[in-house]
Formats: sequence, structure tokens, C-alpha cells
Amino acid sequence: MPVGIRKIVSANRRICCVLALILVSGLLVPTLLSGADDKVHITYWEKWSGFEADAMRRTVEQFNRSQNKVVVEFLSLSSVDRKALIATAGGDPPDVVGLWAYNVYSFADRDALQPLDDFIRAEPTPSGGQASTPEQWLARYEPVYADMCTYRGRVWAGLSTPSMTALHWNKAMFRAAGLDPERPPRTLAELDAFAEKLTKRDPKTGEVVQLGFLPQEPNWFAWAYPLWFGGQLLDGDKITIGTDPHNLQCYQWVESYTRKYGLDQVRAFSSGFGNFASPQNAFLSGKVAMEFQGVYMNNFIRQFRPGMEYGVTAWPTAAPGLDDFTVADTDLLAIPRGAKHPREAWEFIKFISSANLNAQREDELSGMELVCYLQGKNSPLRQWSPFFEQHHPHPYIGVFRQLARSPHAVHLPKMGIWQEYRRETDTMFDAVRLLAESPEQALAFCQRRISESWSWHRKSLERRSSDIANRPLTRALQTTAVPGLSLMGRGNPDELTPNGKPNVPLTNAPLPLGERVRVRGHEIIAKSP
Amino acid sequence: MTSREKHNLRHGLAFCSLWFVGFGVFTIYPVLASLYYSFCDYSVLQQPLWIGIDNYRRMSTDVVFWISLKNTLVFAALSLPAGMIVSLSLALLLNTEVRGMPIFRTIFYLPSVVPIVASALLWLWIFNGQFGILNWALRPILGLFGATPPTWFADPAWAKPALALMSVWGIGNSMVIYLSGLQNVPQELYEAAEIDGANWWRRIWHVTLPLTSPVIYFNLIMGIIGTLQTFTTVFVMTGNADGNPARSTLLYALYLFSTAFYDLRMGYASAMAWILFVLIVALTLLATKLMEKRIHYGG
Repeated sequence: MPVGIRKIVSANRRICCVLALILVSGLLVPTLLSGADDKVHITYWEKWSGFEADAMRRTVEQFNRSQNKVVVEFLSLSSVDRKALIATAGGDPPDVVGLWAYNVYSFADRDALQPLDDFIRAEPTPSGGQASTPEQWLARYEPVYADMCTYRGRVWAGLSTPSMTALHWNKAMFRAAGLDPERPPRTLAELDAFAEKLTKRDPKTGEVVQLGFLPQEPNWFAWAYPLWFGGQLLDGDKITIGTDPHNLQCYQWVESYTRKYGLDQVRAFSSGFGNFASPQNAFLSGKVAMEFQGVYMNNFIRQFRPGMEYGVTAWPTAAPGLDDFTVADTDLLAIPRGAKHPREAWEFIKFISSANLNAQREDELSGMELVCYLQGKNSPLRQWSPFFEQHHPHPYIGVFRQLARSPHAVHLPKMGIWQEYRRETDTMFDAVRLLAESPEQALAFCQRRISESWSWHRKSLERRSSDIANRPLTRALQTTAVPGLSLMGRGNPDELTPNGKPNVPLTNAPLPLGERVRVRGHEIIAKSP
Repeated sequence: MTSREKHNLRHGLAFCSLWFVGFGVFTIYPVLASLYYSFCDYSVLQQPLWIGIDNYRRMSTDVVFWISLKNTLVFAALSLPAGMIVSLSLALLLNTEVRGMPIFRTIFYLPSVVPIVASALLWLWIFNGQFGILNWALRPILGLFGATPPTWFADPAWAKPALALMSVWGIGNSMVIYLSGLQNVPQELYEAAEIDGANWWRRIWHVTLPLTSPVIYFNLIMGIIGTLQTFTTVFVMTGNADGNPARSTLLYALYLFSTAFYDLRMGYASAMAWILFVLIVALTLLATKLMEKRIHYGG
């Protein structure tokens, strides 16, 4: 072989060797590193970014330091619900996923989450007993939040950080309009009257330059306004958006704002509002004087309008007897079906659901209180530590705590088609406020559409449960139940009692018993209760 | 077949096999699977259950499905002619002999290089009813007639025209294709037409358009497919899958997406995808039929 060619071949060999080495080390190093300790590594996907993600990352680090068996690997992702959906369908989900509440009900209906009831039953009771009941476990949370963890009689998730809404008012704008800055509106009539006083028009052009209140700002309460008026969205199994007279009254009120200030005026003025998380936010830029906002709003005030003079109070009373109305929401931590380390995932959820109630200093905060403190939110736990209560960064955190205890604190309806229902109410709200449809027309359309979807969804659930119940293996298992044994899916705490009935009551569920027995794709094992 | 040919065939197939596998796994299988799912109750998270033509039957009575289809056809009717006329006109202008032409061509192509998400956010501000540059320019002109400019994306009546107007921004690709078509028109035909006394317009009508008709046809077909599948701009601009305001921008692909990934009705969404496919094929055939006698292939 000529010397030149030999050199090229030799050089190529060297390159090939280096590439092979890189490839091998690329494959081996992560494997070696992950196996470098005896701890179980679990993955946790969360939706947050920025300071909220940092807060959870710190809490995760605290959990990792607090014990020596489990390491949580935190990953902040956009569109976490869709990614979790695809990963679960593909059989490789994370061990813990941070979902929005509506995802939990929708995923639970599709059998995509593992219920936590069995993990809870394996925990000691607060009084030192052997097995907690789900009710005992959930008693740590304020009731409105606890209720959001359950669906169809099971516990599907633990709380991560909650939200609570209140009326925020700009005290400087109140003062300028001749209103008492310490006296927010207490009733709907007062809200409307104050809004009128706070509204300003350009004396030359007559254009609106400031509004006291606008129902569509922010635009995420289209579904909650009917509840504020004493209405209902769901009554048992019936959709009631278009049949409850309170809802009509509510949407007539929404329409009244556009009629009062003029469609073109409101449209032109509100099109100048910037994004929520920006200095052009209508409330932060002083364009709108009163808004319903969540506990998180203080973070944006501190960031974009530090020193802004504002107050926080319950929603004004819109229906007799519905005082201290508020809308609660929360992020939830769930274990997807097929997660590889459900027990370790539960340990992490348990840690996040706890707190050091004796904390006197910031570095003594733990679990729930640490993440809520760092995110500037209220803790959903009934008990707060002295430090959390007295040194919380939100100046009105006490108001939110009180509101969380209000008997009129509401949350979104727990139903598998909530995203669709909510989109429909948003569209209806748009149509009414833009005077494209009358409230009666819009409500009737929404009623018809959601009733159809609801019945389609329920039919799908029934179809699926009867399909599972009719499978030969399921039938055999149901008819040959061994006394004293319960059936359990692989890594799945879903249980069926020996007599073939679910061991917890199914509420709001027309589902036959077979629904929770998983056969296809799951190993069925007999387990002593 | 000689042994040499067999040997070559084996090697040829071996070299193509990766493509066959990729095409089969990532194209053929998903397409066929979606056809099967369209007849199933399927949420992605569970096994599909056969329900026959229920999804298709439901579609016929789904009001929102028809709204999204109507919105898409209206949008296509507005944006397709606008895009074709503007891109052809620009190509004609950029085909003239002027100094610095490469710079002009680059400038007019540049918007196509901007990512759709970035340009959608930019256009949101251009169309802003209060602070938008468009209304800033229109206000004094319309003011002369006592009128005010529309609030574009805040007004259901103007949201689709605004979307169509915005779609013209991304015509760079079709413009370049027109340009290449124009450059293939033989110069002697223009000279002959000029000698015969044809003016500019007649030269365009009788020489340029017939000889660029294959390119126009190609752009028309691609335009039909592209506009009927529009998703990203409207998803970014309306901020969610509602088609705000009041469903005026709920395009077909957006409704399909929300049905599949928010409502977890993948079976129904698959059925919608197949209806869209049939619609695109039908419109393509219609366009082919209508243009059949008007396409002049050179040579």
C-alpha cells in the first residue's frame, strides 16, 4: 500500500477509534453515574418556569437531602399535560407529574393515573393508629383544596401549590376618584357604582381612558361568574349552564358592561391591554382599577409595579347569603399509570404535603410551606408555622387564608370534560360581551353543546367499562374470587374487594364495577389485604 | 435477470431499505392507524374501541365542526387569491432589470425566514386596535370620512380578514417559484409580441400568464393545501384553542388539535383529519379540472 494511502487509512482508523470511544463513553457514563448510588432515582415533571420552578427545585433538593433512599430528578417542561399524556400512552411516564386540576379528572377518567388510596391506607393515622383513611389524610388540607384531590370516590393527587382569588383594588385610583381607599365594594351594586365612579373618558374625544371594572379583565372567570351569582354548572349528572336562572342573570350583568360603556369603546380600550405577566397588564398599568386576581398577583406587582398601593378582599356579594365568595384552584401532583417507582413517588408527594409547623426561621421551612413561601402563595394546609404566617412575602396573606376557609369558596366542577366545558363558557362569554349573541342565545347554545359532549363522554365511559367487564379474564376473576384476597394491578393500588365491588363508594359515577379492573397490559396478581 | 443485475438489485434494495422502514413506520403506519382510529372510541390513553361510523355521524351534527369548516373556507377564499396575486405581482416586479435587484429580492423573501411564532406575535402588535401601527396609519385617513379603523383581532367580523392579510406576509416561497417560472419565459416571445404592437398588459395576459401557468397551478395546489391546514399562526395569535374572539378564528386544524389533545378524543380527531384529507383532494381535483385547459406546458 502506498505511504500516502496508508497514512489516510491510519488517520481514518484513529478518527474511528476516537468516535467509538466517544460513543461508548456517551452510553456508559450516564448509566454508570445513575447507578453510582443505591438510591432510587425518580423523575418529576413540572409545568413551572422562572422563580416558581426555582422554588420547587429548592424544595426537591430539600427532599433529596432529607432522606437517603430516593432522589427526585426535577424537570421543568412546557405543556406538561400533553407531554405526560403522550409519555403515559407510550408506557414511559414520569414518576410524578405536576398537573392542573382539570387534567387530573380527565386523566382519571381515562385510567391514566394511579389512585393514592392504598398508599394513604398504609400511612399511620395522625393519632398514631395503623392505617389512615383517605378522609384522615385529606384533613391536613383546607376542605376546598382537599376536595379537589378526590374524584369518583378516590384520591388521585396531592397538592403542590394552591391559588385563591380575591378582589384587588388600586387604592391610589380610589383616592383620585374621591372614594375611600380603605373601603372596597362589598356588594355587586357597590362594585358597579364604584366602577362607574372610577371610569374616565377623554373630554375631547369621549374615548374611555380608564375603567373601574371590566368583567373580561382578566378573562379567566367566565365559568366562575355564574357560581358567584348563585348559579350552578352541573347538578348531579345534569348540565345546568343554560337552565339555572342565576346564570342568565349573571350573563345579563356581563352584557350590561359593554352596553354601558359602548362596544367600540370597550373593544378599542381593552385591545390596548398587554399580557398578564407584563408591565402593560391592565391592573398594573392603572387602566382598570378593580380586578379579581389570585394570590400570585403580588409577585407581579412586586416585579412590575413595586410600591403600588393596593388592597385585597373577598368578592363582593352578588347573591343573597353568598358572602365571602372566592374561587380556589390548585396545582396537583399525581402518579401516572405505568410509573416505574410509584412508592417512591408517593414518598415525594407525602413530603410536599407536609410542613415543619414549628418553623421560626426561613431555613426551617419545609415541604409545602417552603414551596408556597418561595412562590408567594398561601399554604393549603390547615396549620401554618409561625414563620410562614408572620413573615410571608404577601402583605395580605391572611386574607387568602380566611378566604380558603370560607364556606363559599368554590372550585371548578370535577368532570372529565371540564376543558371543553370551560372553552365553551369562554366562547359564550366572548359572544355575550361582544354583543354577538344575547345571553339567552349564548347560554342555550352552551347548554346544548355541553350536554351533547357530556352524554358522549359518559357513553364512552360506559362503553369502556362494559368492554372490560366482558373480557374473558375479567369475568373469570369476578366469578372465582378467592375469599380474603383482593385483586391488584402491577404497581397499581386500584383495588376490588373479593365480592367484586369497589372498596370505596363511587360518587357521581354511573360506572359498573368492572371499570377499575385493569386487565390488558397489566399483570394481575392476588394480594392479601 | 443476470446474476449481476440480481446482485445490483439486492444492493439497491439494501441501500433503500432504511428509507422503506422509515416511510413505513413514520408515514404509512400512522396514516393507516389514523384511518382505523377514526372508527374507534380512542383517547390515546386506552385501547381503541370499535364504534363504526359514530365519529363521522357525530361530525355531521357537530355545530362547532361546521363553524370551523366555514371559517377555514372563508379564510382560504380570502388568503389564497390575495397571496397568489401579491406574490405574482411581486415576482413580476422583481423580474425587471433594475440595479440592486438581488437586494430587493432578498428583502421581499426575508419575511419567509422569520419564524411563524415570532411573526405572529409581531402582527398581533401591528393589528392592535389601540396602539397598532396599522390603525395609527389608518386613523387619520378614515377620520376624513368620519370612520374609525377596526379593532382587527378584537372584533369577530375583522379577525379572519386580519388573518388573511397577515398570511400575505409569508409569500416569499411562492414568489421565488413564480420568479423562476418567469425567468423561463423565452425572451423572444416578448420581443415578437412587442413587434406585433402588444402593450404591457397584453404581454402579461398573452405571454407571461400562459407560460407560467404550470407554476401558477403548482402554487394554487400548494396554497389550497397550506391554507386549509393553517394552525400555528392562529394558535399563537389567539393564545389558546378557542379561536377567539367568539370562535371567529377557530380554523379546522385548531379544532382538530383541541379535540385530540385537550378533549382526548383522538378517534374523533382522526375522523376529522380524514375528512380534511378528502376535502383537500376534492378541491385539488376541482382546481385541476378547472385549470386543465388553461395550463400550457412549454417545450
